Amino acid sequence: MNYLMILYILGSVLKFEAVFLLLPAVVGFIYGESSGLYFLGAAILSLVCGMILGHKKPEEMMLYTREGFVSVALSWIIMSVFGALPMCLCGDIPFYVDALFETISGFTTTGASICTNVEILTHATQFWRSFTHWIGGMGVFVFIMAILPMMGGSTMNLMKAESPGPSVSKLVPHVKDTAKILYGMYIILTVAEIGTLIMFGMPLFDSLITTFGTVGTGGFGIKCDSIAPYSPALQIIVTIFMILSGINYSAYFLVMTRKFKEVFEIEEVRWYLGVILGSSLIIAVNIHHIYGAWGNSLRHSFFQVASIITTTGYATADFDQWPMLSKTILVLLMFMGACAGSTGGGIKVSRLIILSRSVKKELSLIIHPREIKKIRMDGHVIEHEVLRNTNVFLVIYFMILFISVLLISVDDFSFTTNFTAVVSAINNIGPGLDMVGPTGSFAEFGAFSKFVLMFDMLAGRLELFPVMVMLMPATWRGRESK
Amino acid sequence: MKVIIVGCGKVGSSLAEELSNENHELTIIDTDQARLHRTTDSIDAMGIVGDGVDYTILLDAGIQEADLLIAVTGSDEKNLLCCVVARKAGHCQTIARIRNPIYNEEQEFLRREFGIAMLINPSSKAADEIFSIFKYPFAERVDSFVNGDVALFHFTLNEDCVLVGKMIMDSSRIIKSNALVCTVQRDEEVFIPNGHFVLNANDTVSVVVHRTEATEFFTEIGMMKNPVKDVIIAGGGDTAFYLAQLLLREKNYKTYVKLIESDKDRCEELAEKLPNATIIYGDATDRNLLSEEGLETAGGFASLTGFDEENILLSLHAKKVSGAKTVTGVSRSSFNSLISEMKIGSVVYPGQVTSQHILRFARAYNSGMDSEVENLYKLADKKAEALEFKIKTDGSFLGVPIMELKFKKNTLIACIYRDRKVIIPSGQDYLKTGDSVLVVIAGYTVSSIEEIFI
Repeated sequence: MNYLMILYILGSVLKFEAVFLLLPAVVGFIYGESSGLYFLGAAILSLVCGMILGHKKPEEMMLYTREGFVSVALSWIIMSVFGALPMCLCGDIPFYVDALFETISGFTTTGASICTNVEILTHATQFWRSFTHWIGGMGVFVFIMAILPMMGGSTMNLMKAESPGPSVSKLVPHVKDTAKILYGMYIILTVAEIGTLIMFGMPLFDSLITTFGTVGTGGFGIKCDSIAPYSPALQIIVTIFMILSGINYSAYFLVMTRKFKEVFEIEEVRWYLGVILGSSLIIAVNIHHIYGAWGNSLRHSFFQVASIITTTGYATADFDQWPMLSKTILVLLMFMGACAGSTGGGIKVSRLIILSRSVKKELSLIIHPREIKKIRMDGHVIEHEVLRNTNVFLVIYFMILFISVLLISVDDFSFTTNFTAVVSAINNIGPGLDMVGPTGSFAEFGAFSKFVLMFDMLAGRLELFPVMVMLMPATWRGRESK
Repeated sequence: MKVIIVGCGKVGSSLAEELSNENHELTIIDTDQARLHRTTDSIDAMGIVGDGVDYTILLDAGIQEADLLIAVTGSDEKNLLCCVVARKAGHCQTIARIRNPIYNEEQEFLRREFGIAMLINPSSKAADEIFSIFKYPFAERVDSFVNGDVALFHFTLNEDCVLVGKMIMDSSRIIKSNALVCTVQRDEEVFIPNGHFVLNANDTVSVVVHRTEATEFFTEIGMMKNPVKDVIIAGGGDTAFYLAQLLLREKNYKTYVKLIESDKDRCEELAEKLPNATIIYGDATDRNLLSEEGLETAGGFASLTGFDEENILLSLHAKKVSGAKTVTGVSRSSFNSLISEMKIGSVVYPGQVTSQHILRFARAYNSGMDSEVENLYKLADKKAEALEFKIKTDGSFLGVPIMELKFKKNTLIACIYRDRKVIIPSGQDYLKTGDSVLVVIAGYTVSSIEEIFI
């Protein structure tokens, strides 16, 4: 392991976090809150630690795959550790474990909260919680790569670990340019949503918070009822932007390069939009008797479906009270998740497409034992490596899921609570059902369960492999740096 | 510059590495996905799995915006076709690697008719390099600048050399010919010496000399050796064939060439094509055969069999039993630092020679776009660079005597080429618009001549 290089990377991550932490400090000063000072303090602390870790550039700059994976996993942990400090110290979230849970939930764009009443939090904390969504959505390393010059090979190994989806593809030859384009599109989407929300009458602060939660597919809000208190028009806007945020960013790149026709030929996007449409209509019919008017039931069903499938986790209605069919559809959509290469979590639509096609292939192999068949997506043959990776992903995914459900069952809550809490954590959604439903919170869980859920959130956001690689003893053996 | 490389073999991947270090936007196309991923995992480039002659694949790779396409797949025909397709699909310059000697002879025609900017034959380029080693046996390597008039000779100083133990400024008073020491490599370190630098025996130096004065210079410093007049070539591959051809074609002095090849049919073919060479049918790794053919008294020995290990062993043997100038052909370059420590004389890496030629073209082509570098050689294990600039614009440094200019550390103006005349500059010389200037630098890189000044 190239420990020096990993420490150097952690150092630069902390320096960036110091800059990010200044924003909530500014918010605190604007609202005249003392909590701003704590954020400023945390920024300085994180800068100092970053300086210490990164003061010496290691001679050996090469990062191999495992070091890339470990760096990314450790960076996300260290960022959360520092990010949790100010929220805890300023008294908004008195217990450090809770603050850490909240921060990890933020960075991983989960949006699961331990706060029973978010409206009493200071503005600085509210801002920071949501801003972590924005940072975590596109990824810290994508951001760093867009700004810092790095060595060729290393950057790809970092990007591999952080980008969501079964295979990483660059938009343009240089990693740096790819990262810039990604963040460019991300910022355009962000600004567009803020602008539209303000235009339709949302206060500036609320629109910032809502936007961070939407484009990062996070889900932290500043109202106890999430998006419900806002007008129907604003809810529709948020619905649209949630759906947009769940689309593969390479689709936007095609739009940017004016290849409009190809956008609609991306199978993943077509399936994604199809699933949203289909499940929203079924739910709308199913919940019609509750809301009476079609307009209302459609609005609520679309909002909830978009919120769950993109793994955002906002709510306009307490879907825990909905009929069983609707609830079941929503839970199933939790697993599905958004498109690969978007800011959303979950298994990803493209993985499900690949998996369902490989099932079809295996069945066809029983009927024609000598058949040679290739699995395709978007007309391209899916490489065997990707296929194997996808299968292993699914196995690890369910292993973590089941073990986590078992572990948190020590807290003696209902099965629905435990199961949906884990599902919502590993898929980075936020709310589940029953006690952790849209109106509930994760506050009641014990410290042990909270750690299990934090692990699930991190594993889910980093697509399982980096976190699992970090836990392998073999990773830490051999290739000692000089 | 946007560059597309088709084919990701030895040459393809080493080109990719060099070009990505120079920050070009690279796209690599190869049919072998595993091989491609090995390269794109370690290099900041985009990889596309597919066939380079496929029009849609080229479109995917962005042929319409590309500036340069380099076709280095294993097949000559594919490379040529790829270049033709690329020319029609976009506006890029194209480079194709060819191996077949038939195409080699038709180079001019192919270039003109297919619109290919450069055709490169690795075997023939390697043979050129080996030939110049035999022609200038005092040097380990020779790099040419400004249309070949000026050469940079790389050689290791022996103890009898006049330069050893003296400061460079003192030696330059004794020596009449115009020459300048550009780099000194001592153990792992590389220096760009000033006048006070003292040279030691076993230093590897590079010296810039006018080609016509080379003999005179090396006689003066006491390191002159006559061109090699009888050469034994082990192995009868393409490189060996081109080398034999070049040696036999030399008009000034007659060279005897013995070529040992273990394949009967190939021997027949070579005997047909090289009437003046002695073709020996036998195993070149047979010690008795080598002695029988007079290795002990030979002036030159080139080991060019298909196996690197064999070549290295043969050269070690030749060094031991004879005083011959030896050249070893090595195709894999990953152990070059180890090989350079072995006492086997000159080593030629055909793959590297090819990629260096292509890189030089790419740099020169790029110079028309955003940098002024016309020619670039890596010196002393890539630790120093010799760059050729054409001064096109005005600058405050023009017309000022060199001794009054402030240079960055490790910078040297090695040669000025003005009005077809070569000037090896002293402190009184100055630069002028229209000059071609050879600059040697270490420890930093530049893209325009202004950057060498403080």
